[in-house]
Amino acid sequence: MYVSVRDRPAGPDEAPGRRSRRVATTVVLLGVVSLLTDVSSEMVSAVLPLYLTAEIGIGLLAYGFVDGVYQGVSAFVRILGGVAGDRGRRPKWVAALGYGISAVSRPLMLAANGMAAVTAVVTADRLGKGLRTAPRDALIADASPPGALGRSFGVHRALDTLGAAIGPIAAFALLAALPRAYDAVFVVSFAVALVGLAVLVLFVPDRRVGAGTARPAVREVLRAAAGPRLRRTLLAAGLLGVLTVGDGFLYLSLQHRDDFAAMLFPLLYVGTNVAYLALAVPLGRLADRIGRARMLVAGHVALLLAYLCATGSAGGPVWTVLTLVLLGTFYAASDGVLAALVSRLVPAHAKGTGIAAAQTVVVLARFASSVAFGALWVAAGRQPALLGFAVALALAIPAAGWLLRRVEEER
Amino acid sequence: MSGLRLRVGVFAGVVLLAVAGVVVYLRQAVTADPDGHTPAAASVDTGVAPVVAGAHVVFRSTAPGDGYGRVAVVPVDAPSGPRAFTPASCERVHAVRGTAVCLVALRGLATTYRVKILGPQWTPVSERAVPGLPSRARLSSDGALTATTTFVYGDSYASPGQFSTRTLIGPTGGGDPVDVEQFTLRVDGRTVTAVDRNVWGVTFADDDRFYATAASGGRTWLVEGSRSGRTLTALREDVECPSLSPDGTRIAFKKHGDLPAGKWRLTVLDLASGRETPLAETRSVDDQAEWLDNDTVLYGLPRDTDGSASSDVWAVPADGTGAPRVLIPDAWSPAVIRDTSGG
Repeated sequence: MYVSVRDRPAGPDEAPGRRSRRVATTVVLLGVVSLLTDVSSEMVSAVLPLYLTAEIGIGLLAYGFVDGVYQGVSAFVRILGGVAGDRGRRPKWVAALGYGISAVSRPLMLAANGMAAVTAVVTADRLGKGLRTAPRDALIADASPPGALGRSFGVHRALDTLGAAIGPIAAFALLAALPRAYDAVFVVSFAVALVGLAVLVLFVPDRRVGAGTARPAVREVLRAAAGPRLRRTLLAAGLLGVLTVGDGFLYLSLQHRDDFAAMLFPLLYVGTNVAYLALAVPLGRLADRIGRARMLVAGHVALLLAYLCATGSAGGPVWTVLTLVLLGTFYAASDGVLAALVSRLVPAHAKGTGIAAAQTVVVLARFASSVAFGALWVAAGRQPALLGFAVALALAIPAAGWLLRRVEEER
Repeated sequence: MSGLRLRVGVFAGVVLLAVAGVVVYLRQAVTADPDGHTPAAASVDTGVAPVVAGAHVVFRSTAPGDGYGRVAVVPVDAPSGPRAFTPASCERVHAVRGTAVCLVALRGLATTYRVKILGPQWTPVSERAVPGLPSRARLSSDGALTATTTFVYGDSYASPGQFSTRTLIGPTGGGDPVDVEQFTLRVDGRTVTAVDRNVWGVTFADDDRFYATAASGGRTWLVEGSRSGRTLTALREDVECPSLSPDGTRIAFKKHGDLPAGKWRLTVLDLASGRETPLAETRSVDDQAEWLDNDTVLYGLPRDTDGSASSDVWAVPADGTGAPRVLIPDAWSPAVIRDTSGG
């Protein structure tokens, strides 16, 4: 990493349009920032349930209750981050603020005793995450040649996911060496977050995005982000989002079916992440070739297949693993791909806002989906609920394909 | 170029500072054990045998230091005095004379959980895996039956149905446990078939009958269970984590009532009259209570005053009078072993 920094001192990465096999340095640097930040945050969230119940004595029920509420708050902060980044035309500093808030929340965890304090600290972390996501994605889009956006986001998401995989391993290795040293986990997590923040502040080029010299008005940014192509894309993303069952529910469904999944419950998300990690770059590159909208739709076909795998009454390791691989494929084909798609549909000075809008639509749609699916599960049972969502998704996929048709051609 | 060199220098400084900070903190954490605190040997403390000969309380010690998480014992008549450490470490423990059930977490890449049956020497005589975070453990009074409750899934309760406990009852000596959720649940004469049924917090009446909490659709009931009939019959609503008194006439439990989410009032129910008595403890209790004797209820509470993440076992009169007092400091998950002569 240092070598590539030294090789390219002046900062501007690939000239737009130039075909290159290399991913822009900025993208790799932002990937490293995300990797370190994810190591840091996943270290904490992996031990949090144990810490709260075994050390602080807070019931899981109480914790989960507030968790849901703050997911919603994070969605709205996201828009704020996108607009602020576009308006100031310095997305780097909005992102740095977001990363900084999350980093500072770590040592506060040490002092947090009791429900209210833990909730406040977790909320600070979520707010930081909400704030930084859209401006960071705007920076990635800004630093990448248009023809390689999918690959750039793939590289970033792969590094991000790698961090999410390293975090729990590091945390449990620490706990194994120093039993009960939850404070050590928080301290190490803080140190890693600081290094990540330093990479961002010191090495990621502070690029002004957009053209002209005047600060665009908020309304102008919002109007630019609400063009017809983006509207159709948001509609499609929302439609698919309300039919996306949270992976927590799918894991729960798997563990209801067989004891293999129940015993390995904490490992199920690792399986999904491994698949996501392996497929993020290849599917991003493929998206650059065949079209990102098409890849997004194809990703939801993988999700549909995952539902069907999780629905069947036959359990066992094979079906469980297949479900996880399909779920990882879905994430690899949707998360970064959506950001890559959207960043091409809005003018340069509204990139952050456009990406934020798409991500907020997805987050809110998935939250609605969670509530609906939970209610359906209670009322009708596991299999009918999953089958119902599978049928609805099978109908929604062609509709989304129709909404997204030629969205990318109208340049 | 010099700008870059400067930035690389600053970055190296940040990394150095971060690494140094971690090293200093970890070294200080490792050596921070208070001097007088000699690490307890891994063998059975010689003090255990005389304590368990009489009436005593078995609990999980949460005192800082090497004994953290270890199962310890104190005499009933000197509960706040020195404790004797057994070699076992448990997240949740319950015991009768000569037998203990111990839920342990094995921390690894994925934390796994095991239930161990401990013999008279506090060594495992059998163990098996359980799915999920340890929550409750109970033995029947003769030790023949074991009940465990674990949270299979419980990180996010943002939506209904997204939480799941598993409660297993099985012979302590070996043999397959049964999943109590598979029993027929009857509420007001109707059978509840909703899939979000959850059962937790078993307390044994005898080797067939038991009480527990059943929940569905956001409501909870006190249920009377029968192993032979494979049934759960709802007795009344809003009762969580029941605990039967030694004379079998009353149940101590967590009552949610109209408190905010995640808050409970410790309450005693008289089974014959159906009368509920809120106890003098007004702080929220999230624990399955234990009876010290027929007049006193024990429960664990996390300590939130100082920085240490510890907990204490408290005692409060079972008739609603008096005031709560700390019975055993730095303790969790108490089990009372009374004298066989009674009392």
